[in-house]
Amino acid sequence: MNAILKPVSKVRGGAATPHFKHTADKDSVRMPAPGLVVIPMQQHIGAPCRPVVKPGDLVTVGQVIGTSDAFVSAPIHSSISGKVKAIRPLLMSSGAQCDAVHIENDNQDTRCEGIAPVTVTSKAELLEACRNSGLVGIGGAGFPLHVKLNLKDDSGVDTLLINAAECEPYITSDYRECIEFPERVVAGIALVMEHLGIVRGLICVEDNKPDGIAALLRVLNADPGRKQDIQVVKLPAKYPQGAEKMLILTATGRKVPPGALPSDVGCLVMNVSSISVLQHYINTGMPLVRKRITVDGGAIRSPGNVFVPLGSSIGDVINFCGGFKSEPVKILTGGPMMGTAQYDAAMPILKQNNAIIALTESETYEPEESACIRCGRCVAACPMSLMPTLIERYARAGDAERLVKVGVSSCMECGSCAFSCPAGRPLVQYMKHAKLVQRKAGAK
Amino acid sequence: MNKLLVTVSPHIKSGRTVRSLMLDVVIALLPACAAAVVIFGPRALLVLLTCVVFSVLGEAATRKILKRPSSIGDFSAVITGILLALNLPVAIPLWMAALGSLVAIVIVKQLFGGIGQNFVNPAIAGRIVLMVSFPAAMTTWAKPFFYLAEGANALSPSVHAISSATPLAALAEGAELPQLLEMFLGIRSGSMGETCALALLIGFVYLLIRKVISPVIPLCFVGTTVLLTALAGFSPFYELLSGGLLLGAIFMATDYTTSPLTTKGKVIFGVGCGFITAVIRLFASLPEGVSYSILLMNILVPHIETLTTPRPFGEKEARAK
Repeated sequence: MNAILKPVSKVRGGAATPHFKHTADKDSVRMPAPGLVVIPMQQHIGAPCRPVVKPGDLVTVGQVIGTSDAFVSAPIHSSISGKVKAIRPLLMSSGAQCDAVHIENDNQDTRCEGIAPVTVTSKAELLEACRNSGLVGIGGAGFPLHVKLNLKDDSGVDTLLINAAECEPYITSDYRECIEFPERVVAGIALVMEHLGIVRGLICVEDNKPDGIAALLRVLNADPGRKQDIQVVKLPAKYPQGAEKMLILTATGRKVPPGALPSDVGCLVMNVSSISVLQHYINTGMPLVRKRITVDGGAIRSPGNVFVPLGSSIGDVINFCGGFKSEPVKILTGGPMMGTAQYDAAMPILKQNNAIIALTESETYEPEESACIRCGRCVAACPMSLMPTLIERYARAGDAERLVKVGVSSCMECGSCAFSCPAGRPLVQYMKHAKLVQRKAGAK
Repeated sequence: MNKLLVTVSPHIKSGRTVRSLMLDVVIALLPACAAAVVIFGPRALLVLLTCVVFSVLGEAATRKILKRPSSIGDFSAVITGILLALNLPVAIPLWMAALGSLVAIVIVKQLFGGIGQNFVNPAIAGRIVLMVSFPAAMTTWAKPFFYLAEGANALSPSVHAISSATPLAALAEGAELPQLLEMFLGIRSGSMGETCALALLIGFVYLLIRKVISPVIPLCFVGTTVLLTALAGFSPFYELLSGGLLLGAIFMATDYTTSPLTTKGKVIFGVGCGFITAVIRLFASLPEGVSYSILLMNILVPHIETLTTPRPFGEKEARAK
């Protein structure tokens, strides 16, 4: 029997966020492809892709429509079959602009030729498969997977951590992955461990997701030949448990120093949906063209989990979920703690999106900003042991020297400070500003 | 569809506001206020009202004159008023109580920038200004329940009702002490709000349950004073229950603005307050030292904070390598 492991350490501080996992019991539903998809050519950190199709071209599901020769990038595929209508610049919610391929659906759902199961027998073939699958870190940052897995042979990485913590309120898409495709998750882990020479795999799940843990254990225990090299770690359900450094700390007791990578402490962290999608690619040859999106928030009529063709608009997905039942004040991609507020419901769904949350006024009220009363809640909440109120003060004063000293670059912008602040101070905004102040001073 | 709101994350908040925190402190102070009125009669209510009204009016007027947005809605001025009143003897002339409130709010709080900016606790500074300016009135103690015998004079204690020494003064003079239970219930002379330990502890528990304060400062403060005076041969229970120790440790030393942000800093601050209080009690000519100890430690807070700034996550491990 595979025992459930207990955490070996715990996260300092954090925020007492509500869980709001309303969609935990909602089976994932496949959304029909919309009439039009808009696929931006920048869906990851690193070099943008250049389109390899032109207006008028016919494309099929899974066909490459954007690539790049740069190492840090991942190819982009068409999520529907149809005709390329236009290639136009799109203003992304980050403020950056990039080309986007507009494809009109022919409703034929033709699959790209040559899509077939992939065999992986070496590390090189695994990395090749990662790249061809188009996978980027689904956790949010969108780091190309093949770059992450490209460990040096003497990297000393001994532990693969699978992040299924899902500490953001509302979102249940990783949880549904554990319940709906536990075999795929476990097979993916075994594959990566085998080819990267990693000896231990830890699937990290928060303790408020017992069904997900049970599903994974069932698969792990069903294989009597399996050595106990893959185990489930049950973590306390506390925000920001799923942050990479917090996950490594609680599951292994190792601390990733400022500016270092998980591999520096012998760890590799992958999102549970990423590893499952990778295995899906190996099984079928179909790259990342659809994603499970949790659609929730007080403004949504029928919240649920939806398999969405990438490039569908936020509005298409919301309409599939019955539209709005009340006026949304904010529409987010991602969760309410770290997600991005979108300026337009016409924005397309990207590879790294995992949720659409449409919040009503009562859910997302903006408190009136008043003076800091030095209550210390931000200091107590910071999992990185920073002092947000001091960082705010130094940032406002433009004091780059002090900002370096207090270690603002360690801030991961998890929002625990701003969530807890009774004076309603926009602390995450000040953290971003502080990093800018520091960068500008460094550039001089 | 209407325009969508775009802000930086996080998009949800804890719901705690400055006003709700301050209201919780007011609620936590109510048992002590009630005890003061029961023990020292209707005049206690008069002193309380005077301090609160002048604190709030003082804050409103200063903000208006300085052309700053009104801040009386955050209830912090109400707390200053209540705390100052609880630190005064019931027989204090009302104009002195009003003056103390104005010093606390206008000079100590608003002239330094208002809430979050004052470098010492306003109520304590107000009390010390009165103490230095009017030592006689500030040490004229009324007997508990004096008002029951005074009849028509319940609002202004006569000569017979006053001059009952506080337990600490009695201790210093070797006079007879009240029973421990009486001390716990507050049936003794002293400042209006400091006598009833029961009421103060109820407030303390409320503040802890509502997570308004952390218990670190009060426990370190009280623990240090009791330990040191016990080592010097005094009864720990009397030391605990006498003077303004509990009132100061629970409600004044835990003031957000004038205490350290870090837990380590809170320990240093609490122990420092307790140490200075014990030293004053044991060696100084004053019978009581809680106010001075908090004031002195308030001034040290920036230095304590510099000393106790935590290192960012993982930095220690990186250096160890």
